Amino acid sequence: MTAPPDDCLARNEWICGEYLSTRRQILLDAVVQHLQLTAVSVLIGLVLAVPLAVLARRWGWAAGPVLGVTTILYTIPSLAMFSLLLPVYGLSAALVVAGLVLYSLTLLVRNILAGLRAVPEETRQAARGMGYGPIRLLLTVELPLAVPAAMAGLRIATVSAVSLVTVGAIVGFGGLGNLIYSGMNTYFKAQVLTASVLCVVIAVAADLLLLGVQRLITPWTRAARG
Amino acid sequence: MNTLTEAWDWLTDSAHWSGDDGVWHRLAQHLVLTMVCLVISCLIALPVALVLGHLGKGGALAVNISNIGRAVPTFAVLVLLLLTPIGKWGEGPTVVALVLFAVPPLLTNAYVGMREVDRDVVRAARGMGMTGRQMLFHVELPLSLPMVMNGVRIAAVQLVATATIAALAGGGGLGRIITAGFNLASTPQVVAGAVLVAVFALIVEGVFEVAERLAPHWARGSR
Repeated sequence: MTAPPDDCLARNEWICGEYLSTRRQILLDAVVQHLQLTAVSVLIGLVLAVPLAVLARRWGWAAGPVLGVTTILYTIPSLAMFSLLLPVYGLSAALVVAGLVLYSLTLLVRNILAGLRAVPEETRQAARGMGYGPIRLLLTVELPLAVPAAMAGLRIATVSAVSLVTVGAIVGFGGLGNLIYSGMNTYFKAQVLTASVLCVVIAVAADLLLLGVQRLITPWTRAARG
Repeated sequence: MNTLTEAWDWLTDSAHWSGDDGVWHRLAQHLVLTMVCLVISCLIALPVALVLGHLGKGGALAVNISNIGRAVPTFAVLVLLLLTPIGKWGEGPTVVALVLFAVPPLLTNAYVGMREVDRDVVRAARGMGMTGRQMLFHVELPLSLPMVMNGVRIAAVQLVATATIAALAGGGGLGRIITAGFNLASTPQVVAGAVLVAVFALIVEGVFEVAERLAPHWARGSR
Protein backbone atom coordinates (compact mmCIF):
# COMPACT_ATOMS: atom_id res chain seq x y z
CA MET A 1 0.00 0.00 0.00
CA THR A 2 1.37 3.39 -0.96
CA ALA A 3 1.32 6.33 1.41
CA PRO A 4 -1.18 9.10 0.51
CA PRO A 5 0.53 11.88 -1.44
CA ASP A 6 1.44 14.92 0.61
CA ASP A 7 0.61 17.68 -1.87
CA CYS A 8 -1.53 20.79 -1.63
CA LEU A 9 -4.63 18.80 -2.68
CA ALA A 10 -4.23 16.42 0.25
CA ARG A 11 -3.66 19.36 2.61
CA ASN A 12 -6.77 21.09 1.16
CA GLU A 13 -5.04 24.44 0.63
CA TRP A 14 -6.79 27.46 -0.91
CA ILE A 15 -4.20 28.01 -3.64
CA CYS A 16 -3.08 24.83 -5.34
CA GLY A 17 -1.14 24.49 -8.58
CA GLU A 18 -1.73 20.74 -8.52
CA TYR A 19 -5.48 21.39 -8.77
CA LEU A 20 -5.04 23.52 -11.88
CA SER A 21 -2.95 20.90 -13.66
CA THR A 22 -5.03 17.84 -12.73
CA ARG A 23 -8.51 19.38 -13.25
CA ARG A 24 -7.72 21.38 -16.37
CA GLN A 25 -10.46 19.69 -18.41
CA ILE A 26 -13.16 20.11 -15.74
CA LEU A 27 -12.31 23.78 -15.38
CA LEU A 28 -12.29 24.31 -19.14
CA ASP A 29 -15.70 22.63 -19.54
CA ALA A 30 -17.15 24.76 -16.74
CA VAL A 31 -15.76 27.98 -18.25
CA VAL A 32 -17.19 27.06 -21.67
CA GLN A 33 -20.63 26.35 -20.15
CA HIS A 34 -20.45 29.61 -18.20
CA LEU A 35 -19.61 31.61 -21.34
CA GLN A 36 -22.32 29.89 -23.40
CA LEU A 37 -25.05 30.48 -20.81
CA THR A 38 -24.05 34.14 -20.43
CA ALA A 39 -23.69 34.88 -24.14
CA VAL A 40 -26.93 33.17 -25.19
CA SER A 41 -28.96 34.89 -22.44
CA VAL A 42 -27.61 38.37 -23.07
CA LEU A 43 -28.02 38.04 -26.86
CA ILE A 44 -31.63 36.86 -26.58
CA GLY A 45 -32.23 39.67 -24.08
CA LEU A 46 -30.80 42.20 -26.53
CA VAL A 47 -32.87 40.89 -29.47
CA LEU A 48 -36.05 41.24 -27.36
CA ALA A 49 -35.11 44.54 -25.72
CA VAL A 50 -34.54 46.64 -28.85
CA PRO A 51 -38.09 46.30 -30.27
CA LEU A 52 -39.64 46.69 -26.80
CA ALA A 53 -37.71 49.91 -26.19
CA VAL A 54 -38.57 51.24 -29.66
CA LEU A 55 -42.28 50.47 -29.13
CA ALA A 56 -42.25 52.08 -25.69
CA ARG A 57 -40.63 55.16 -27.23
CA ARG A 58 -43.08 55.31 -30.15
CA TRP A 59 -46.21 54.89 -28.07
CA GLY A 60 -45.86 56.85 -24.83
CA TRP A 61 -48.61 54.88 -23.09
CA ALA A 62 -46.61 51.64 -23.49
CA ALA A 63 -43.58 53.00 -21.60
CA GLY A 64 -45.26 52.89 -18.15
CA PRO A 65 -46.35 49.22 -18.28
CA VAL A 66 -43.07 48.08 -19.91
CA LEU A 67 -40.96 49.79 -17.25
CA GLY A 68 -43.32 48.63 -14.47
CA VAL A 69 -43.18 44.97 -15.50
CA THR A 70 -39.39 45.02 -15.91
CA THR A 71 -38.99 46.62 -12.47
CA ILE A 72 -41.09 43.87 -10.91
CA LEU A 73 -39.06 41.19 -12.74
CA TYR A 74 -35.82 42.77 -11.56
CA THR A 75 -36.99 42.82 -7.93
CA ILE A 76 -37.55 39.04 -7.84
CA PRO A 77 -34.42 37.36 -6.40
CA SER A 78 -32.52 35.10 -8.82
CA LEU A 79 -33.06 31.88 -6.87
CA ALA A 80 -36.81 32.53 -6.79
CA MET A 81 -36.84 33.41 -10.51
CA PHE A 82 -35.16 30.13 -11.46
CA SER A 83 -37.53 28.25 -9.14
CA LEU A 84 -40.64 29.88 -10.64
CA LEU A 85 -39.49 28.73 -14.09
CA LEU A 86 -38.98 25.12 -12.90
CA PRO A 87 -42.49 23.88 -13.86
CA VAL A 88 -42.02 25.32 -17.37
CA TYR A 89 -38.48 24.23 -18.20
CA GLY A 90 -37.62 21.44 -15.71
CA LEU A 91 -33.99 20.87 -14.72
CA SER A 92 -32.43 22.24 -17.90
CA ALA A 93 -30.03 24.83 -19.26
CA ALA A 94 -33.08 26.53 -20.83
CA LEU A 95 -34.32 27.37 -17.32
CA VAL A 96 -31.11 29.24 -16.48
CA VAL A 97 -31.12 31.00 -19.86
CA ALA A 98 -34.78 32.04 -19.48
CA GLY A 99 -34.14 33.49 -16.02
CA LEU A 100 -31.08 35.40 -17.17
CA VAL A 101 -32.91 36.68 -20.28
CA LEU A 102 -35.54 38.27 -18.03
CA TYR A 103 -32.87 40.09 -15.98
CA SER A 104 -30.85 41.24 -19.04
CA LEU A 105 -34.05 42.37 -20.73
CA THR A 106 -34.88 44.66 -17.81
CA LEU A 107 -31.51 46.40 -17.79
CA LEU A 108 -31.37 46.68 -21.58
CA VAL A 109 -34.91 48.04 -22.09
CA ARG A 110 -34.36 50.74 -19.47
CA ASN A 111 -31.04 51.83 -20.94
CA ILE A 112 -32.06 51.74 -24.60
CA LEU A 113 -35.24 53.69 -23.80
CA ALA A 114 -33.21 56.29 -21.90
CA GLY A 115 -30.85 56.51 -24.89
CA LEU A 116 -33.71 56.98 -27.37
CA ARG A 117 -35.33 59.63 -25.16
CA ALA A 118 -32.04 61.52 -24.94
CA VAL A 119 -31.88 62.08 -28.73
CA PRO A 120 -32.31 65.88 -29.08
CA GLU A 121 -35.56 67.03 -30.70
CA GLU A 122 -33.53 69.35 -33.00
CA THR A 123 -31.66 66.34 -34.35
CA ARG A 124 -34.93 64.58 -35.14
CA GLN A 125 -36.34 67.68 -36.80
CA ALA A 126 -33.17 68.17 -38.86
CA ALA A 127 -33.41 64.57 -40.12
CA ARG A 128 -37.10 65.04 -40.95
CA GLY A 129 -36.26 68.26 -42.75
CA MET A 130 -33.77 66.35 -44.87
CA GLY A 131 -36.63 64.09 -45.94
CA TYR A 132 -36.01 61.10 -43.62
CA GLY A 133 -39.04 58.83 -43.14
CA PRO A 134 -39.82 57.34 -39.71
CA ILE A 135 -38.02 54.01 -40.39
CA ARG A 136 -34.90 55.66 -41.80
CA LEU A 137 -34.94 58.17 -38.92
CA LEU A 138 -35.05 55.33 -36.40
CA LEU A 139 -32.40 53.15 -38.05
CA THR A 140 -29.87 55.77 -39.13
CA VAL A 141 -30.30 58.55 -36.56
CA GLU A 142 -32.08 57.56 -33.34
CA LEU A 143 -30.70 54.04 -32.78
CA PRO A 144 -27.05 54.99 -33.49
CA LEU A 145 -27.33 57.92 -31.08
CA ALA A 146 -28.76 55.56 -28.43
CA VAL A 147 -25.80 53.16 -28.79
CA PRO A 148 -23.66 54.60 -25.95
CA ALA A 149 -26.55 54.27 -23.45
CA ALA A 150 -27.43 50.82 -24.82
CA MET A 151 -23.82 49.67 -24.51
CA ALA A 152 -23.69 50.88 -20.89
CA GLY A 153 -26.77 48.70 -20.24
CA LEU A 154 -25.24 45.79 -22.15
CA ARG A 155 -22.09 45.94 -20.02
CA ILE A 156 -24.09 45.94 -16.77
CA ALA A 157 -26.34 43.13 -18.05
CA THR A 158 -23.37 41.00 -19.11
CA VAL A 159 -21.43 41.44 -15.87
CA SER A 160 -24.59 40.67 -13.84
CA ALA A 161 -25.30 37.59 -15.98
CA VAL A 162 -21.77 36.23 -15.45
CA SER A 163 -22.33 36.53 -11.71
CA LEU A 164 -25.90 35.15 -11.74
CA VAL A 165 -25.05 32.06 -13.83
CA THR A 166 -23.46 30.60 -10.67
CA VAL A 167 -26.90 30.37 -9.03
CA GLY A 168 -27.87 28.00 -11.89
CA ALA A 169 -25.90 25.37 -9.93
CA ILE A 170 -29.19 24.64 -8.13
CA VAL A 171 -30.41 22.93 -11.33
CA GLY A 172 -26.96 21.63 -12.35
CA PHE A 173 -26.37 24.23 -15.08
CA GLY A 174 -24.31 26.89 -13.37
CA GLY A 175 -21.00 26.79 -15.27
CA LEU A 176 -18.34 27.58 -12.68
CA GLY A 177 -21.14 27.69 -10.10
CA ASN A 178 -21.36 23.88 -10.38
CA LEU A 179 -17.73 23.64 -9.24
CA ILE A 180 -18.39 26.06 -6.37
CA TYR A 181 -21.46 24.04 -5.33
CA SER A 182 -19.69 20.67 -5.39
CA GLY A 183 -16.62 22.23 -3.77
CA MET A 184 -18.82 23.49 -0.96
CA ASN A 185 -20.29 20.06 -0.31
CA THR A 186 -16.82 18.45 -0.17
CA TYR A 187 -15.01 21.36 1.57
CA PHE A 188 -12.66 21.52 -1.44
CA LYS A 189 -11.06 24.94 -0.90
CA ALA A 190 -8.87 25.05 -4.03
CA GLN A 191 -11.86 24.30 -6.28
CA VAL A 192 -14.09 26.97 -4.70
CA LEU A 193 -11.42 29.67 -4.82
CA THR A 194 -10.29 28.84 -8.38
CA ALA A 195 -13.85 28.83 -9.74
CA SER A 196 -14.72 32.08 -7.91
CA VAL A 197 -11.64 33.86 -9.23
CA LEU A 198 -12.38 32.63 -12.76
CA CYS A 199 -15.93 34.08 -12.50
CA VAL A 200 -14.56 37.51 -11.65
CA VAL A 201 -11.93 37.23 -14.42
CA ILE A 202 -14.66 36.39 -16.97
CA ALA A 203 -16.80 39.33 -15.78
CA VAL A 204 -13.93 41.82 -16.01
CA ALA A 205 -12.79 40.47 -19.40
CA ALA A 206 -16.34 40.67 -20.81
CA ASP A 207 -16.70 44.23 -19.53
CA LEU A 208 -13.42 45.33 -21.13
CA LEU A 209 -14.31 43.56 -24.38
CA LEU A 210 -17.65 45.38 -24.59
CA LEU A 211 -15.96 48.68 -23.74
CA GLY A 212 -13.61 48.07 -26.69
CA VAL A 213 -16.54 47.26 -28.99
CA GLN A 214 -18.32 50.43 -27.85
CA ARG A 215 -15.29 52.56 -28.74
CA LEU A 216 -15.04 50.90 -32.15
CA ILE A 217 -18.68 51.39 -33.12
CA THR A 218 -19.13 54.92 -31.71
CA PRO A 219 -16.05 56.81 -32.96
CA TRP A 220 -17.97 60.12 -32.79
CA THR A 221 -18.15 60.07 -28.98
CA ARG A 222 -14.33 60.19 -28.84
CA ALA A 223 -14.04 62.89 -31.47
CA ALA A 224 -16.49 65.08 -29.54
CA ARG A 225 -14.53 64.67 -26.31
CA GLY A 226 -11.04 65.05 -27.77
CA MET B 1 -51.48 24.68 -14.26
CA ASN B 2 -51.34 21.46 -12.29
CA THR B 3 -48.11 22.52 -10.58
CA LEU B 4 -49.67 25.83 -9.63
CA THR B 5 -52.62 24.19 -7.88
CA GLU B 6 -50.19 21.83 -6.12
CA ALA B 7 -48.07 24.81 -5.03
CA TRP B 8 -51.25 26.49 -3.76
CA ASP B 9 -52.12 23.31 -1.83
CA TRP B 10 -48.62 23.35 -0.34
CA LEU B 11 -49.04 26.98 0.75
CA THR B 12 -52.49 26.46 2.27
CA ASP B 13 -51.43 23.37 4.26
CA SER B 14 -51.03 24.68 7.82
CA ALA B 15 -48.48 21.93 8.61
CA HIS B 16 -46.00 23.71 6.32
CA TRP B 17 -46.28 26.97 8.28
CA SER B 18 -45.31 25.80 11.78
CA GLY B 19 -42.14 24.34 13.27
CA ASP B 20 -38.44 25.08 12.71
CA ASP B 21 -38.67 24.43 8.95
CA GLY B 22 -42.07 26.16 8.71
CA VAL B 23 -42.84 29.27 6.71
CA TRP B 24 -43.30 31.53 9.79
CA HIS B 25 -39.88 30.64 11.20
CA ARG B 26 -38.15 31.03 7.81
CA LEU B 27 -39.95 34.33 7.20
CA ALA B 28 -38.86 35.65 10.60
CA GLN B 29 -35.26 34.59 9.86
CA HIS B 30 -35.36 36.33 6.48
CA LEU B 31 -36.82 39.50 7.96
CA VAL B 32 -34.35 39.66 10.86
CA LEU B 33 -31.35 38.93 8.61
CA THR B 34 -32.41 41.60 6.12
CA MET B 35 -33.17 44.29 8.69
CA VAL B 36 -30.13 43.70 10.92
CA CYS B 37 -27.79 43.68 7.93
CA LEU B 38 -29.44 46.78 6.44
CA VAL B 39 -28.83 48.67 9.70
CA ILE B 40 -25.21 47.43 9.93
CA SER B 41 -24.55 48.32 6.27
CA CYS B 42 -26.05 51.81 6.67
CA LEU B 43 -23.95 52.41 9.80
CA ILE B 44 -20.82 51.43 7.84
CA ALA B 45 -21.53 52.99 4.44
CA LEU B 46 -23.47 56.21 5.05
CA PRO B 47 -21.02 58.05 7.35
CA VAL B 48 -18.15 57.23 4.97
CA ALA B 49 -20.13 58.31 1.89
CA LEU B 50 -21.40 61.53 3.49
CA VAL B 51 -17.94 62.58 4.69
CA LEU B 52 -16.29 61.68 1.35
CA GLY B 53 -19.07 63.49 -0.53
CA HIS B 54 -18.76 66.55 1.72
CA LEU B 55 -15.00 66.69 1.21
CA GLY B 56 -15.32 65.76 -2.49
CA LYS B 57 -12.66 63.05 -2.12
CA GLY B 58 -12.51 59.37 -3.00
CA GLY B 59 -15.05 59.69 -5.81
CA ALA B 60 -13.44 57.07 -8.05
CA LEU B 61 -13.56 54.51 -5.23
CA ALA B 62 -17.14 55.32 -4.23
CA VAL B 63 -18.42 55.03 -7.80
CA ASN B 64 -16.39 51.98 -8.86
CA ILE B 65 -17.16 49.92 -5.78
CA SER B 66 -20.65 49.28 -7.21
CA ASN B 67 -19.19 47.85 -10.40
CA ILE B 68 -16.87 45.62 -8.40
CA GLY B 69 -19.78 44.43 -6.26
CA ARG B 70 -21.70 43.48 -9.41
CA ALA B 71 -18.84 41.42 -10.87
CA VAL B 72 -18.35 39.25 -7.78
CA PRO B 73 -20.89 36.39 -7.60
CA THR B 74 -22.87 36.39 -4.36
CA PHE B 75 -22.91 32.61 -4.28
CA ALA B 76 -19.09 32.42 -4.59
CA VAL B 77 -18.59 34.85 -1.69
CA LEU B 78 -21.05 32.91 0.49
CA VAL B 79 -19.26 29.61 -0.15
CA LEU B 80 -15.79 31.15 0.30
CA LEU B 81 -16.86 32.58 3.67
CA LEU B 82 -18.41 29.25 4.66
CA LEU B 83 -15.06 27.51 4.15
CA THR B 84 -13.14 30.09 6.22
CA PRO B 85 -13.19 30.06 10.06
CA ILE B 86 -16.20 32.46 9.88
CA GLY B 87 -18.21 29.46 8.61
CA LYS B 88 -18.20 27.99 12.11
CA TRP B 89 -20.36 30.78 13.60
CA GLY B 90 -23.76 29.71 12.31
CA GLU B 91 -25.19 32.65 10.35
CA GLY B 92 -21.76 34.39 10.30
CA PRO B 93 -21.05 33.87 6.57
CA THR B 94 -24.56 35.04 5.64
CA VAL B 95 -24.32 38.24 7.70
CA VAL B 96 -20.84 39.11 6.38
CA ALA B 97 -21.85 38.43 2.75
CA LEU B 98 -25.10 40.39 3.09
CA VAL B 99 -23.27 43.43 4.47
CA LEU B 100 -20.56 43.17 1.79
CA PHE B 101 -23.18 43.29 -0.99
CA ALA B 102 -25.35 45.99 0.59
CA VAL B 103 -22.51 48.47 1.19
CA PRO B 104 -21.67 49.28 -2.50
CA PRO B 105 -25.11 50.64 -3.58
CA LEU B 106 -25.42 52.62 -0.32
CA LEU B 107 -21.96 54.12 -0.73
CA THR B 108 -22.31 54.96 -4.43
CA ASN B 109 -25.79 56.51 -4.22
CA ALA B 110 -25.08 58.57 -1.10
CA TYR B 111 -21.80 59.83 -2.56
CA VAL B 112 -23.33 60.74 -5.93
CA GLY B 113 -26.26 62.40 -4.14
CA MET B 114 -23.89 64.53 -2.08
CA ARG B 115 -21.90 65.59 -5.14
CA GLU B 116 -25.05 66.44 -7.12
CA VAL B 117 -26.10 69.08 -4.60
CA ASP B 118 -26.04 72.42 -6.44
CA ARG B 119 -22.60 73.96 -5.82
CA ASP B 120 -24.14 77.45 -5.74
CA VAL B 121 -26.30 76.41 -2.78
CA VAL B 122 -23.24 75.07 -0.98
CA ARG B 123 -21.33 78.28 -1.70
CA ALA B 124 -24.27 80.36 -0.46
CA ALA B 125 -24.31 78.32 2.77
CA ARG B 126 -20.60 78.93 3.21
CA GLY B 127 -21.13 82.65 2.51
CA MET B 128 -23.71 82.76 5.30
CA GLY B 129 -20.96 81.62 7.65
CA MET B 130 -22.04 77.99 8.12
CA THR B 131 -19.39 75.64 9.43
CA GLY B 132 -18.56 72.42 7.56
CA ARG B 133 -20.67 70.39 9.98
CA GLN B 134 -23.67 72.73 9.61
CA MET B 135 -23.38 72.61 5.82
CA LEU B 136 -23.27 68.82 5.87
CA PHE B 137 -26.28 68.33 8.16
CA HIS B 138 -28.47 71.33 7.26
CA VAL B 139 -27.79 71.76 3.52
CA GLU B 140 -26.10 68.85 1.78
CA LEU B 141 -27.74 65.94 3.61
CA PRO B 142 -31.36 67.19 3.23
CA LEU B 143 -30.82 67.95 -0.46
CA SER B 144 -29.17 64.58 -1.18
CA LEU B 145 -31.76 62.61 0.84
CA PRO B 146 -33.68 61.29 -2.22
CA MET B 147 -30.50 59.71 -3.63
CA VAL B 148 -29.46 58.39 -0.20
CA MET B 149 -32.89 56.76 0.22
CA ASN B 150 -32.69 55.35 -3.31
CA GLY B 151 -29.44 53.65 -2.25
CA VAL B 152 -31.13 52.25 0.87
CA ARG B 153 -33.94 50.89 -1.30
CA ILE B 154 -31.54 49.21 -3.75
CA ALA B 155 -29.56 47.80 -0.81
CA ALA B 156 -32.73 46.43 0.84
CA VAL B 157 -33.83 44.63 -2.35
CA GLN B 158 -30.27 43.34 -2.79
CA LEU B 159 -30.28 42.06 0.80
CA VAL B 160 -33.51 40.10 0.26
CA ALA B 161 -32.01 38.49 -2.86
CA THR B 162 -28.69 37.69 -1.20
CA ALA B 163 -30.39 36.25 1.89
CA THR B 164 -32.29 33.91 -0.46
CA ILE B 165 -29.10 32.67 -2.12
CA ALA B 166 -27.60 32.16 1.36
CA ALA B 167 -29.88 29.13 1.66
CA LEU B 168 -27.72 27.41 -0.99
CA ALA B 169 -24.78 27.71 1.38
CA GLY B 170 -26.74 26.50 4.42
CA GLY B 171 -28.00 29.87 5.69
CA GLY B 172 -31.52 30.38 7.06
CA GLY B 173 -34.41 32.30 5.55
CA LEU B 174 -37.13 31.67 2.98
CA GLY B 175 -34.60 30.33 0.45
CA ARG B 176 -34.39 27.19 2.59
CA ILE B 177 -37.93 26.26 1.52
CA ILE B 178 -36.74 26.34 -2.10
CA THR B 179 -33.52 24.37 -1.51
CA ALA B 180 -35.41 21.82 0.61
CA GLY B 181 -37.90 21.51 -2.25
CA PHE B 182 -35.07 20.78 -4.69
CA ASN B 183 -33.59 18.18 -2.32
CA LEU B 184 -37.00 16.49 -2.02
CA ALA B 185 -37.52 16.81 -5.82
CA SER B 186 -40.82 18.49 -4.93
CA THR B 187 -41.65 21.02 -7.65
CA PRO B 188 -44.75 22.32 -5.77
CA GLN B 189 -42.61 23.15 -2.73
CA VAL B 190 -39.97 24.85 -4.93
CA VAL B 191 -42.64 26.99 -6.60
CA ALA B 192 -44.37 27.76 -3.29
CA GLY B 193 -41.05 28.86 -1.78
CA ALA B 194 -40.28 30.98 -4.83
CA VAL B 195 -43.67 32.69 -4.63
CA LEU B 196 -43.07 33.49 -0.95
CA VAL B 197 -39.63 34.94 -1.74
CA ALA B 198 -40.92 36.96 -4.70
CA VAL B 199 -43.85 38.38 -2.69
CA PHE B 200 -41.50 39.25 0.18
CA ALA B 201 -39.12 41.08 -2.21
CA LEU B 202 -41.99 42.96 -3.87
CA ILE B 203 -43.40 44.00 -0.46
CA VAL B 204 -39.98 45.39 0.54
CA GLU B 205 -39.80 47.33 -2.75
CA GLY B 206 -43.41 48.47 -2.25
CA VAL B 207 -42.75 49.76 1.28
CA PHE B 208 -40.01 52.02 -0.06
CA GLU B 209 -42.24 53.15 -2.93
CA VAL B 210 -45.02 54.13 -0.48
CA ALA B 211 -42.55 55.80 1.89
CA GLU B 212 -41.26 57.89 -1.00
CA ARG B 213 -44.78 58.99 -1.96
CA LEU B 214 -45.67 59.90 1.61
CA ALA B 215 -42.44 61.84 2.12
CA PRO B 216 -42.62 65.66 2.14
CA HIS B 217 -42.21 67.24 -1.27
CA TRP B 218 -38.58 68.35 -0.85
CA ALA B 219 -37.47 64.86 0.18
CA ARG B 220 -38.90 63.21 -2.92
CA GLY B 221 -36.79 62.02 -5.82
CA SER B 222 -37.17 63.46 -9.28
CA ARG B 223 -38.79 60.26 -10.52
